[in-house]
Amino acid sequence: MARMRYAEALRETLRQEMLRDPNVVLYGEDIGIYGGVFKVTRGLQQEFGDRRVRDTPISEAAMAGMTVGAAMAGLRPVLEIMYADFLPLILDTLANQASALPGIWPGQITLPLVIRTQGGGGAGAGAQHSKSFDGLMAHIPGLKVVSPATPADAKALLTAAIRDPNPVIVLEHKLLYNMSDEVPEGDAPGEIGRAHVLRPGRDVTILANSRMVHEALRAAERLADEDGISAEVIDLRTLRPLDSATILASVRRTARAVVVNEDWRTGGFGAEVSAMIAEEAFEYLDAPVCRIGTRDRPIPYSQPLEAAALPDAAAIVAGVRAMAMRGAR
Amino acid sequence: MTGAMDGAQHAAAAGNRPSLDEMAGMFGRMVLVRRMEEELGRLHREGRTRGPIHRCDGQEAAGIGATAVLRPSDTVTSTHRGHAHYIGKGLDPRRVIAEIFGRATGYGGGRAGHMLIADAGHGMLGGNAIIGAGLAIAVGHALAHQAHGKGDVAMCFFGDGAAQNGLCHEAMNMAGLWRLPVVFVCEHNQYGLTVHARHQSAIADLADRARGYAMPGLIVDGNDAVEMYRAADAAVRRARAGDGPSFIEAKTYRLEGFSTSDMGGYQPAEEIAEWRGRDPIRRLRARLLPELGASRVTQLEEDATAALDAALAKALADPLPAADAPWPEYAEAN
Repeated sequence: MARMRYAEALRETLRQEMLRDPNVVLYGEDIGIYGGVFKVTRGLQQEFGDRRVRDTPISEAAMAGMTVGAAMAGLRPVLEIMYADFLPLILDTLANQASALPGIWPGQITLPLVIRTQGGGGAGAGAQHSKSFDGLMAHIPGLKVVSPATPADAKALLTAAIRDPNPVIVLEHKLLYNMSDEVPEGDAPGEIGRAHVLRPGRDVTILANSRMVHEALRAAERLADEDGISAEVIDLRTLRPLDSATILASVRRTARAVVVNEDWRTGGFGAEVSAMIAEEAFEYLDAPVCRIGTRDRPIPYSQPLEAAALPDAAAIVAGVRAMAMRGAR
Repeated sequence: MTGAMDGAQHAAAAGNRPSLDEMAGMFGRMVLVRRMEEELGRLHREGRTRGPIHRCDGQEAAGIGATAVLRPSDTVTSTHRGHAHYIGKGLDPRRVIAEIFGRATGYGGGRAGHMLIADAGHGMLGGNAIIGAGLAIAVGHALAHQAHGKGDVAMCFFGDGAAQNGLCHEAMNMAGLWRLPVVFVCEHNQYGLTVHARHQSAIADLADRARGYAMPGLIVDGNDAVEMYRAADAAVRRARAGDGPSFIEAKTYRLEGFSTSDMGGYQPAEEIAEWRGRDPIRRLRARLLPELGASRVTQLEEDATAALDAALAKALADPLPAADAPWPEYAEAN
């Protein structure tokens, strides 16, 4: 075990995989000399050269297309899209190429590519640099979507993503980059598609990903202290393919589910989890599933406005308390 | 054309000429593609096709001539109008037609359809129905070729319509910036769907843009298979040598409408007649006649037609895919 920051864990993983496999290459804006806007690729161009760590022009659409092309022709490219807000610029490639081609050209190609990006609010970055597009990404078949909440998972899930023969979207969070925690030694990949129960509980299941995992843990603490409610917290870790088994096993025990996600609430990722629970575990529920997400508006710049738009521990606590009022207890 | 960074050149291409055998082979493939297009048109009129089909009648020389210089490990990105590229890159006509008719024996097992045919074994990766998408994918192929250092080349076919898409600028800039082994072949067939190029592009000669991407640009008579071969030969040599990308603009014409759904009415009759007079197959035939003699040329035509007819018959007799065949969402790790 070594203690390191989330950004360092990502960097160590990129380096580890580049040493392991010469086909692993990095493309992105400002990732070379500058080392990435969030310093995730610091020093890698110096170590591996400017052909394996390429600074690209600001050309997201073609960057994504060329990443698909490079993967189908034998490389394992890792593309950095600087902000999740820019994912719509590459949505065509994700939906029409990366999602489609392996399926309609069966047995002909694989697309072992990774797209790393970071999203999320709370940094005062404004409407075009604060969003999460979890639902938009998880909507697309053929992609895998992971969303690490801790430095250990940043390493485990990025390792798995790079080695995966399918396109994997890695959704990082700008407010997690400086989080320090223990990270296991070695290069064992994590399991994509497996959620983790972080805090066992009896009365309600809180399902979260990325930074909202930490808000959920804070909320569970408060619910235990102030309300005597025992909340189970599950870190989803992977948004597609979703670990329905772990989610359903928990919800069938607790009979209540809260889905917390930084997507816009309407049509967001929480809606998919909520619908899945309603379809698979309706008869176990004592209350409707509660969805907590970002308010349906452009994420504002000013601190009080931004704080009011984003989900947090207080919103989760309020959601659970409102839920406790409903149904049999 | 090596090293030249001036604007587009109308001069004859400087690459090698095809041998007589190569010319005969190109002729046979062009005749086969034309026969395929005409048979597809017939079957469409008989109500036996499914979805729109984008015929390349009149454009055979560009696709067949340019691909004739490639080796199997070179990759090609095609368009929604790729039949000449598929045949030029060596794909089996039976499996191409089987895919067009949604058969289990098609290159995509019937999942892809005629706009999206791919065959990794022949480096055809592949057709694409999103205008301009192939430009960026070809840059990715070229990145992989450059990284692997085996001298392979990516050839990217696109149309005058795709040239107006933002992806074209982004992809060509990166190709020039990184001196990637890619050959951009613009089949300028005058129309983006139904709208003439003069209403879509600020300039008439798209190869003039090549200078802006630090690559040579060459304007070629796209209805002359020999000139296409020579231009592609020079560009592919340049790419293999590590000297970077090239832009070939093939001036050609789409004789049979955007697709089988095209209602027509926007191409002047005299324009169509003028381009029929420049039919690429008739022109290559005229070149071959004095070299090979009439009976040999006729034999080449009959062989190609018979090959297509046999492929079509087999493809039409092939089974449709089972609707409940397994289709896992993800590839398994090796």
